[in-house]
Amino acid sequence: MIDQVITRKNGLNYFDLIVVGAGHAGVEAALAAARIGVQTLLLTITLDTIAFMPCNPSIGGPAKGNVVREIDALGGEMGKNIDKTSIQVRMLNTGKGPAVHALRAQADKFLYQQTMKETVERQENLTLKQALVEEIIVEDGKVVGVTTSTGSKYFCEALVITTGTYLKGKIIIGELAYEGGPNNQIAASKLSDSLKEHGLKLARFKTGTPPRLHHDSIDYSMMEIQSASEESINFSFDEVKNDLEQVPCWLTYTNPNTHQLITDNLDRAPMFTGMIEGTGTRYCPAIEVKIIRFRDKDRHQIFIEPEGLHTKEMYLQGFNTSMPEDVQLAMVRSVVGLERAEIMRSGYAIEYDVVLPYQLKATLETRMIDNLFTAGQINGTSGYEEAAAQGLIAGINAAHKIIGREPFVLDRADAYIGVLIDDLVTKELHEPYRLLTSLAEYRLLLRHDNADLRLREYGYRLGLISEEQYNRFTVKKSAIESEVKRLKETQLKPTSDILDRLKQFGTTAIDNAVTLATLLKRPELSYAEIEKLSPADEDLSTDVKEQVSIQIKYAGYIEKQLGQVEKMKKLESKQIPKWIDYQVINGISIEAKEKLIEFMPENIGQASRISGITPADVSILLIHIEHRNRGRGN
Amino acid sequence: MEFDTIAAISTPVGEGGIAIIRISGEQTIPLVEPFFSGKDKLSVLLSHTLNYGFFVDQSNVIIDEVLLSIMRAPRSFTREDVVEINCHGGFLVANKILSILLENGIRLAEPGEFAKRAFLNGRIDLTQAEAISDLIRAKTDRARAIALQQVTGKLSDKVHELRGRVIELLAFIEVNIDYPEHDIAEVTLDYINENLLSLQSELVLLLAQAQEGRIYRDGVATAIIGRPNVGKSSLLNVFLKEARAIVTDIPGTTRDIIEEYVNIRGIPLKLIDTAGIRKTDNIVEQIGVERSKQAIEQADLLLVVFANDEELTAEDLSLIELIHETPTIVVINKSDLSNKLDEGLLHERLGDATFISTSLTAETGIEELKEAIANRVLTGALSSDENSYLSNPRHIDLLRNTLVSIETALLAVKNKEPIDIIAIDLNQAYHFLSEVIGEAVADDLLNMIFANFCLGK
Repeated sequence: MIDQVITRKNGLNYFDLIVVGAGHAGVEAALAAARIGVQTLLLTITLDTIAFMPCNPSIGGPAKGNVVREIDALGGEMGKNIDKTSIQVRMLNTGKGPAVHALRAQADKFLYQQTMKETVERQENLTLKQALVEEIIVEDGKVVGVTTSTGSKYFCEALVITTGTYLKGKIIIGELAYEGGPNNQIAASKLSDSLKEHGLKLARFKTGTPPRLHHDSIDYSMMEIQSASEESINFSFDEVKNDLEQVPCWLTYTNPNTHQLITDNLDRAPMFTGMIEGTGTRYCPAIEVKIIRFRDKDRHQIFIEPEGLHTKEMYLQGFNTSMPEDVQLAMVRSVVGLERAEIMRSGYAIEYDVVLPYQLKATLETRMIDNLFTAGQINGTSGYEEAAAQGLIAGINAAHKIIGREPFVLDRADAYIGVLIDDLVTKELHEPYRLLTSLAEYRLLLRHDNADLRLREYGYRLGLISEEQYNRFTVKKSAIESEVKRLKETQLKPTSDILDRLKQFGTTAIDNAVTLATLLKRPELSYAEIEKLSPADEDLSTDVKEQVSIQIKYAGYIEKQLGQVEKMKKLESKQIPKWIDYQVINGISIEAKEKLIEFMPENIGQASRISGITPADVSILLIHIEHRNRGRGN
Repeated sequence: MEFDTIAAISTPVGEGGIAIIRISGEQTIPLVEPFFSGKDKLSVLLSHTLNYGFFVDQSNVIIDEVLLSIMRAPRSFTREDVVEINCHGGFLVANKILSILLENGIRLAEPGEFAKRAFLNGRIDLTQAEAISDLIRAKTDRARAIALQQVTGKLSDKVHELRGRVIELLAFIEVNIDYPEHDIAEVTLDYINENLLSLQSELVLLLAQAQEGRIYRDGVATAIIGRPNVGKSSLLNVFLKEARAIVTDIPGTTRDIIEEYVNIRGIPLKLIDTAGIRKTDNIVEQIGVERSKQAIEQADLLLVVFANDEELTAEDLSLIELIHETPTIVVINKSDLSNKLDEGLLHERLGDATFISTSLTAETGIEELKEAIANRVLTGALSSDENSYLSNPRHIDLLRNTLVSIETALLAVKNKEPIDIIAIDLNQAYHFLSEVIGEAVADDLLNMIFANFCLGK
């Protein structure tokens, strides 16, 4: 046996880490592991769909934009890739607080893929191959390799599966259904059988995509134009060049005719004929579902978005559908501006297998098979950003497992990534999961603007952030700290000059000396005015000024949230020992026992978040652990 | 581990000559110190000593004579600083002491929380883990059962309704945040303000109901004061003849047989110092200003008796001086005799009081007096047919916290803070309300969002 292992390790087919699937999760996992220094093999069904965007060609938005920034802060690739290939960027929620400002960018979809492929190809320690994986090879409860459709075997120390929606993928358009992955790619039909065989529990989910229209067949004169924002705003904390032309989108609406058409054809709609078994998501319902659920709305929004600078394909956001082709065409043509539209690709629904994520640890390693990690849509999430975040975490942890380093886990107060993964492993997933800002209890702490302050340090220690990047970060950090200090300590006296200016700014006078910070807290004043009253010693960047302003203005609420975080962490630090036997605990409900056994939470905090576990159950659990600890101590 | 400071009545609810309030936490000593008046200040007392003194409120009014024991960390049950206050007077006084502590930075302990801390701090040496588990679980179940019992009928529905409105408002805000480009109405500060104001007034009403509930449950401390021979004793007799009662027909009350209660229109009046009333009437002596002063300080309601046929004396006037904010009814007795009393002056000095004329010997004015008492005591928040009320301190605590959250949100709106900031306080309000009815479900918000708004990428 040992000989076999040695032979394997010396063979050309051995890699420390294998990543199966080169979508948004797969590329992050592979790049991270390779950058950490682990020999990585990235396998994909076709080299032409690396980092492919099967749905909306955009990255970001509320919560998701924050995730991209976090990925970038840690040293992942998505932020840079979108910055290089974006053709429209907008900051959303600018009229609301800083906690919910969100960046969103339309990508040139094809350029996005191309750029990522190039990055992957150039990465040291990373080998890219085209292959369809059909089986995982497990020995003694640990994954050791994969088998492909051509019969090749590859061996590894750890495996990350990031197959997105390809597992037993089934495309459904009206009455037609066939096996397939997104966009007429071939599906991975055997891999999920292999996973099931090895004890993983799977479920079936569903998502969908709208038709793509030919640009020249659209009458834009009847639509509202949405232009790109003037300023260039980046996701990445590092400088990224983008010379691409920035293009607009257009807004139009469905109308009662569209709705009537849909209603008339419901008997042919897979959503309602029972053809689709998989559970779809509330977050991204098909248009036919929308009009049924919200009958009194006489119109629904449709955004028309270009898929790239060098293509005529236009994406129809808000028009997800799996209606038969002829119905789709009629539906589209009933919309104002689309009367003569030509469909280039039909919309469709896709059903696929997912690994229920409660079977994973917070590192995204499966609990039943050692060194096997799953990340991305295979875990039941939706969204490229959610996938990329998981890929990054899985890649880091797989690499760490290989080289013997500590696991890397972010919690709910560290990052949206933490919220995402914690939700996945502690909650029951009944539909595809999507991040919303309202899921983050500590939303005010997890802002778009402070992702680097929260995470860049980690990125550096993980080896994903270079010395140079880190130095720039520490300079920025100390600039913020000194400026905050200066504002808190510098007093302004009520001289006539100051009082005049205060009046100019439309704010009340001061009777005694006050600190600059106190003034900044006034809702009507911003950093710009404070700067005029008392400029900083050196030139500060916009980023730094923004940070300083937020930290001071929202200090009270930030304190509140930090207090809540402290309470949370106390419960998190109480570990649940591996030897615990829930069956013998008296006093907790049967449901609680079942949940605890199934979910296997790692600490009390996690346990308390599992649905069905009450505070009383948590108390008893604590007592039981303490009692047993004493017993074992003796 | 460090925790906030908690308190609870450790002795069983109900009869008992002595009640114990236990306080534990990081800040026990500084938080309790202002309220203990003894030979030395609490902070210098030696650990594991029993100290005689008084429990006083913020204005140094004595609540009770107490024995206070202090156990300094780590040599205590919870391994934190622990203070136990042994008081007399059964449930009423204990509750009063507890209320004062809760209003001053101390939180009500959850069932089993002291034990929980003892464990977390590694103090309790369990030999029967199961026994304690059962105890804790039973307490929780019972607390839950009691909670549900107390929050009955309209009140429970009300809390549900309030919570529903909070979450609807939250959902509207959240959908604006998470779906900024969608075809959804914008949530305006005006809209939020409107809803918050309405929530605020409902909560104020609820808390008033709670106060009233407690009145029905705990009684109104009433002092009858006045010079000798104005008719205090007669008044007492009228009350006692008609309805000397310990209130038994209102659910959830406890018996306090040491006090004298009279039932006036369903309100239990707890008469203070009835012995003193009789004494000063039977023996012609100085009023005993000290005694009156004490009675006034303890009272929630004052009945000040004057004789119609006598002029105001210096003693009367000094008595009036002692009355401050306490709700007062001026009883002008012996109305059948010719008037010598300067009512005008009384009106001047006691403008807020209700004036009732009686002739206790002729038995006139008595119904008007009872009416006046009822009006004075009840704010009208509870209509007479509503039997449901809040009296559980835990629930009152939570509703008060909810009100604070709503008011903080209102302040944020006034300051034109962004809506996600306002959402933080709304979230807190939501959680407090959930705790009242024993539920805390996070999925509610998502369900509300997707039920009410048509969304999708």
